[in-house]
Amino acid sequence: MAEVDTGGGKKVSTKVDMTPMVDLAFLLVTFFMLTTTFSKPQTMEINMPDKTKDNETMKVKESRTLSLVMTKDDKIYYYQGVEDPVLEQTDFSPNGIRKVLLKKKKEIMASTGEGPIVVIKSKKDARYGNLVDILDEMSITGIEIYALVDITPEDEQLVEKAEAQQK
Amino acid sequence: MTAMCDVAFLLLTFFMLTTKFKPDEPVVVDTPSSISETKLPDVDILTISIDKDGRVFFGVDGQFVREAVLQFMSDRYGIAFTPKQQKEFSLMSSFGVPIANLPQILDMTPGQRNSVAQPGIPLDSAKNELRDWVQYTRYANTKCRIAVKGDQQAGFEVANKVILTLQDLNINKFNLITDLEARPKSL
Repeated sequence: MAEVDTGGGKKVSTKVDMTPMVDLAFLLVTFFMLTTTFSKPQTMEINMPDKTKDNETMKVKESRTLSLVMTKDDKIYYYQGVEDPVLEQTDFSPNGIRKVLLKKKKEIMASTGEGPIVVIKSKKDARYGNLVDILDEMSITGIEIYALVDITPEDEQLVEKAEAQQK
Repeated sequence: MTAMCDVAFLLLTFFMLTTKFKPDEPVVVDTPSSISETKLPDVDILTISIDKDGRVFFGVDGQFVREAVLQFMSDRYGIAFTPKQQKEFSLMSSFGVPIANLPQILDMTPGQRNSVAQPGIPLDSAKNELRDWVQYTRYANTKCRIAVKGDQQAGFEVANKVILTLQDLNINKFNLITDLEARPKSL
C-alpha cells in the first residue's frame, strides 16, 4: 500500500503571496498621478475700446463692413455696408453664420483687397451664450477686426420690419 | 504588509497637503463653449458670475483681499460688520446679495446660505453696487484680473450691463470663462 509521507507533520502554508497585486496597484496609481491634471476652466480674452476717449470713430471703407444683429431664438440678421441695408437671416448652425462669414470674407477680400470689419450688435432678447458664440466664430473664421457696439434705433426698426414680414 | 500600509498613508498625507477642496458655489453656472484654449490663472482672480436668471454673483480669491474689500465697502455704505462676520466673509468664496442683506447672510451657516436663494448684486444705473465691489477689490489687489463667468442662457442685457460697468471703471481687458470645444476641422 502506498504511504503518504508528509515528513513528520510539517504544516503547508495556505497564505497567498499578494506582492504582484500590490505592485500593479502602485503602478496604476503612479500612472494616473503623472498623467492627469486638474481641469482648469478655459477663458476667452476680450479687449474693449476705451470709453473715456473722445469718440474718434475710425474712418473705414463702408464696403468692408458687415453688420450682425443678434436676436432671440439664436437668430442673426446681417447686412453689408451702411446704406440701404438688405437684411438677411441666418443662425448658429454649422451651415449658418460660419458659411456667411467665410463667404463675405472672401468677397470683401476680393473686392477691396483688405479684410472684413464686422460690427456686432445685439438686441435685448439675445442670450449671453450668443455673444460668446459669435466671438468664437470670429476666432474660427479668422476675422481679425470686429467690434461690439450698442444697437441703433435704425437697426431695431429694420429687425422689427423683417420679423413682421415673416409672420 | 506593513510596508504597503506605510506607503498608502504617505500617499494619503501627500494628497491631504497638496490639494484644496472645490469652493462651494452658491449658484450653478453652465458656461458656453468656445475653442479658446487660454487657461485661467488660479490666483488674483475676481470672478463675476451671471446665472441664467440674470443674477450677478461676486467672488475674489485671497482671504486678505476679501477682508480689505469688506472694510472698504463697510466704510462706503456705512454698514458695520462684527469681527465674526468679517471672518466669515473672508472665508466665503462668492456671494450675491445687496450689501444691506450681507450681515444677515454672513450670520447664517454655509448650509443655510446655500439653501437661501440669493437675489444677486444690484447693478442698476441708480444703485450699482457691483461697480463699488470691483473698484475696491482693485484697490485691495492691483494685480487682480477680472473673469466673467456667464451662463449660456443668461440674458444679453445683464451681460451688457456688467461689461458697461467694467468699462466705466476703465477695465477694458477681461476674460470670459468658457468650456473647451474642439476647433472645427474643415471650414
